[in-house]
Amino acid sequence: MIAIIDYGVGNLFSLSSSFKQIGFETVITGDAEIIKKADKLILPGVGAFGDAINKLRETGLDKVILEQAKNGKPLLGICLGMQMLFDKSYEYGEYEGLGLIEGSVVPMQNKIPKNLKIPHIGWNALIFKQESPLFKYIKNGDCVYFVHSYYAETKATSLIATTEYGKELTAAVANGNVFGCQFHPEKSGTVGLNILKAFCEME
Amino acid sequence: MITKRIIPCLDVKNGRVVKGVNFENLNDVSSPVELGKYYSECGADELVFYDITASSDGRKLFTDILTEVASKIFIPLTVGGGINTIDDFDRVLKCGADKVSVNSGAIKNPDLIKIAAQKYGNQCVVISVDIKRVDGEFRVFAKGGREDTGIEAIGWIKRCVENGAGEVVVNSIDTDGVKKGFDIEMLKAVCAAVNVPVIASGGAGCKEDFVELFKEIPDIDAGLAASIFHFGEVKISDLKQTLKQNNITVRI
Repeated sequence: MIAIIDYGVGNLFSLSSSFKQIGFETVITGDAEIIKKADKLILPGVGAFGDAINKLRETGLDKVILEQAKNGKPLLGICLGMQMLFDKSYEYGEYEGLGLIEGSVVPMQNKIPKNLKIPHIGWNALIFKQESPLFKYIKNGDCVYFVHSYYAETKATSLIATTEYGKELTAAVANGNVFGCQFHPEKSGTVGLNILKAFCEME
Repeated sequence: MITKRIIPCLDVKNGRVVKGVNFENLNDVSSPVELGKYYSECGADELVFYDITASSDGRKLFTDILTEVASKIFIPLTVGGGINTIDDFDRVLKCGADKVSVNSGAIKNPDLIKIAAQKYGNQCVVISVDIKRVDGEFRVFAKGGREDTGIEAIGWIKRCVENGAGEVVVNSIDTDGVKKGFDIEMLKAVCAAVNVPVIASGGAGCKEDFVELFKEIPDIDAGLAASIFHFGEVKISDLKQTLKQNNITVRI
């Protein structure tokens, strides 16, 4: 069973529907015991980093996620959920993240050419940087749906895919059993569903 | 590079899509779920569902339909029609919409955009504007394009974006239904005024109109149309191939 971690941020209906579509049952939960029993974890997120990480800490779920990830349980962070896996974010201040992936989240502003619009909204192509079990059913150049104004700067060892938007922005990361995607697989059509399927099938 | 988006718009009344015709392999052309799925499989990048129901019963039906759509179609969904309060945002977002399009609601209550953007984020708030040329200026029209508000359109759009609208849909009343192409002049004026995605609507009659749109205005992000897709005059899969052949970046 896959647990979608609910810490009071955002709407998880599309996400749970997408797993249902590919034949995997999920439970939307903020209960530490259920999260501990789950085979895999999804960390979603929309909105601002500070709000989200504070809510995660208030519920005490940050510690549960860290413990489970360190025990080797597959974890997938999506969008802001991916950003929270990093050490730090500089969105409206400076916040500590979960520190599961080395690097920090920074604004796109002044880092990409001025004629490009922020947020980066729409379908953009994945540029594979490393092989990953997450990409089992998709190919280099497949398009996925992005909506974000901040991006993660990370080490090459964690970077598994980028996307081109004035510069190469982090699109997907991995560190052992911890995975993250900046884009929304639940909104990325068949390609997105295939990424979720690959994650669900991981040992 | 980010791809140019093609967006079919589905008008929904009493839970059914209006103005549709039959497609091959599609049993029920007026089912929002069936038609939405069909477009998604043809390569639509996003779907807009526009609620044109007036009654509260119809509104309830619309949200039920939306929930079903969101549980079966996995591309971004924008919802518009009858969005007048923050509760309306809440109502459709809970059903699985990703973005909410406001038109007359923002004219009646200019704070709506600001409040919604603060609560749900700019990316969630779309300002949709019906524009017509009057006395040499672009004028905002309300009530489905029937009423001249007297508001100058470019300034209005700028204010909406400053208040937090993350995307702009420009519907030219002058070219709508004429099928002679998008309103390039109007769209250029809007693109020059704001730095958020701009979606062109009104006037598409054939594939070449989309080629012209993206060639003439490199800053435009998406083309939206309804009847040419519903009547099968333009197939989204063919359209995307044509755009690609013309060196326009699209998702195939």
